[in-house]
Amino acid sequence: MEKFTTLTSTAIPLDIANVDTDQIIPARFLKATDKKGFGNNVFRDWRFNEDQSKNSTFILNDPKYSGSILVAGDNFGCGSSREHAAWALVGYGFKVIVSSFFADIFKGNALNNGLLPIQVSEQFLAELMSIIKKHPGTQISVNLEMQTIGIEGAISETFEIDPYKKTCLINGYDDIDYLLSKTELIKAFEVQKTY
Amino acid sequence: MGKTLFDKVWDAHVVDSITNGPQILYIDKHLIHEVTSPQAFNELKARNIPVLRPDQIVATADHNTPTQNQHLPVKDELSRKQLAQLSENCKANNITLYELGHKYNGIVHVMAPELGITQPGMTMVCGDSHTSTHGAFGAIAFGIGTSQVAQVFASQCLLLTKPKSLRVTVNGKLKNGVLPKDVILYIISKLGTNSGTGYFCEYAGDVFENMSMEGRMTVCNMSIEMGARGGMIAPDETTYDYIKGREFAPKGSEFDKKVAYWKTLATDKDAQFDKEYVFDAEDIEPMITYGTNPGMGIKISESIPQETDASFKKSLDYMNFQSGESLINKPINYVFIGSCTNSRIEDFRVAASYIKGKQKADNVTAWLVPGSKQVEAQIIDEGLKTIFDAAGFELRQPGCSACLAMNDDKIPQGEYCVSTSNRNFEGRQGQGARTILASPLVAAATAVAGKIIDVTKAIETLEAV
Ligand code: SF4
Repeated sequence: MEKFTTLTSTAIPLDIANVDTDQIIPARFLKATDKKGFGNNVFRDWRFNEDQSKNSTFILNDPKYSGSILVAGDNFGCGSSREHAAWALVGYGFKVIVSSFFADIFKGNALNNGLLPIQVSEQFLAELMSIIKKHPGTQISVNLEMQTIGIEGAISETFEIDPYKKTCLINGYDDIDYLLSKTELIKAFEVQKTY
Repeated sequence: MGKTLFDKVWDAHVVDSITNGPQILYIDKHLIHEVTSPQAFNELKARNIPVLRPDQIVATADHNTPTQNQHLPVKDELSRKQLAQLSENCKANNITLYELGHKYNGIVHVMAPELGITQPGMTMVCGDSHTSTHGAFGAIAFGIGTSQVAQVFASQCLLLTKPKSLRVTVNGKLKNGVLPKDVILYIISKLGTNSGTGYFCEYAGDVFENMSMEGRMTVCNMSIEMGARGGMIAPDETTYDYIKGREFAPKGSEFDKKVAYWKTLATDKDAQFDKEYVFDAEDIEPMITYGTNPGMGIKISESIPQETDASFKKSLDYMNFQSGESLINKPINYVFIGSCTNSRIEDFRVAASYIKGKQKADNVTAWLVPGSKQVEAQIIDEGLKTIFDAAGFELRQPGCSACLAMNDDKIPQGEYCVSTSNRNFEGRQGQGARTILASPLVAAATAVAGKIIDVTKAIETLEAV
């Protein structure tokens, strides 16, 4: 897993609530047996028209906006457990997703792939969204160590993250490494378990 | 202070706790399928890590499988490859697989309970969010991502932070024609799609106590649709009777010993929940959704509410519905009875009891897709297939089918489908498809009428369903 410490980037404002995993990556693209190539199909049915031409009204196709931060509406990532959603967002080039609320499984999947989900207050989200919409070139800074996100000289907020997950991201570790170091303990548990 | 059902099962499975961090939770049963497992197997292979407990894993092929001509090679090349990969991976790692055509094959959340794999007090995971289904037995069961599938392969454990507790109580007697699906759609319409996020939910009250195991599975299945990682119902005589005698159920004195333990699991009287909701059974009616998330549900007799926010409008635009309009008499061309929410024998019995002696409307394409080979066999044995055939319904072979439209069972662009599945997201049943979630009874009535009807009126003349 890639390490994550700080990031400064422009952002794409996806001002839609309840973005579900079927939108992030439709099921018909889940037939691959590796993790590659999902980025091409992220938000497939919003990015492309039926005739496969680009849908110019969708924000990801608006040349004004670019960057590795996606700022999305409330309750991002609800729906299925498909980690393909995280792979697709990472594959497209996103490193941070900002929303006022994340679905549980998506959040875990993102963290396991070095994609940082930042939960901010509704007010901060609204301000951030409106600033980016007005000034698409705005640089947003994220500092994982300090747990802050903001625009210099304008707005800033601290965010919560599980301390264990924070350490994993900063060092690029994953849970398998940790669990394998506990194999003896796990085997002892199997012998002694009470149920 | 007393413990909840969830606390009791969780605490019994904690191997270790990291200071200021998650806990290591031991997993008893790991279910896998073709779509979310290949990358996990690759990960292990690349890192040269063996599967720790292959005998605690059960695999099935369901998401990607065709529902016709299952005896022939799968036509779609990518699907065929994905299925072949599952077979190879299971073989290489000594994992039991019920592949396409096997008498135990089926949707993972239908076949596992049916085989007695699912038992009270267990921890169970699967790379599928509807793993919450198994909570109907008083198990802690939840969906995981592929990285976590790899973690369980490697260690039979997961690193998790204990979720908060939520209890939804429904007391009273359900009206005739109100099915478990209506109960859960009603709860989600009241609580919204993220009220459960960060929580594990227990369903309590006499409505659930009086429900069959099939009904309880329907309810727990959709816990994820209110954001909860899982749902649970305390095991009782209904649970033990269901498990007894099934293929992998404990046998003889072992079974009695287990039952004695299972009886200790129910939530203590003085246990506290972080959040509680109470509903009245009499307030629930047959439900239907009108939008693009499962929380957008109304009683079938009600009209679509008036709301002004942009996401609500976007959703109604997609569905081509107006605020304030009723869905009664909307013409519907597709009906799907299937998915891990409603593809058990009871669901087909209800549908058959309504359909018997009637004819499917000419404009409707109706797919009946059993959840497993065993359900399919039961449909035939009980004579339900004869009823469906006579009425012009098509009984297909088991699988996830039009629930997520990964195979050929797709609803065409712009068409409405009254579906017994669990998600009405944009494009879920096919690009541009419009999904209306409902119970098997409402789905059957729609197929017969060719449009949505107020089923409460239609069944007044029928015997209790
Ligand atoms: S039937 Fe639908 S919800 Fe259930 S496991 Fe299959 S795809 Fe998932």
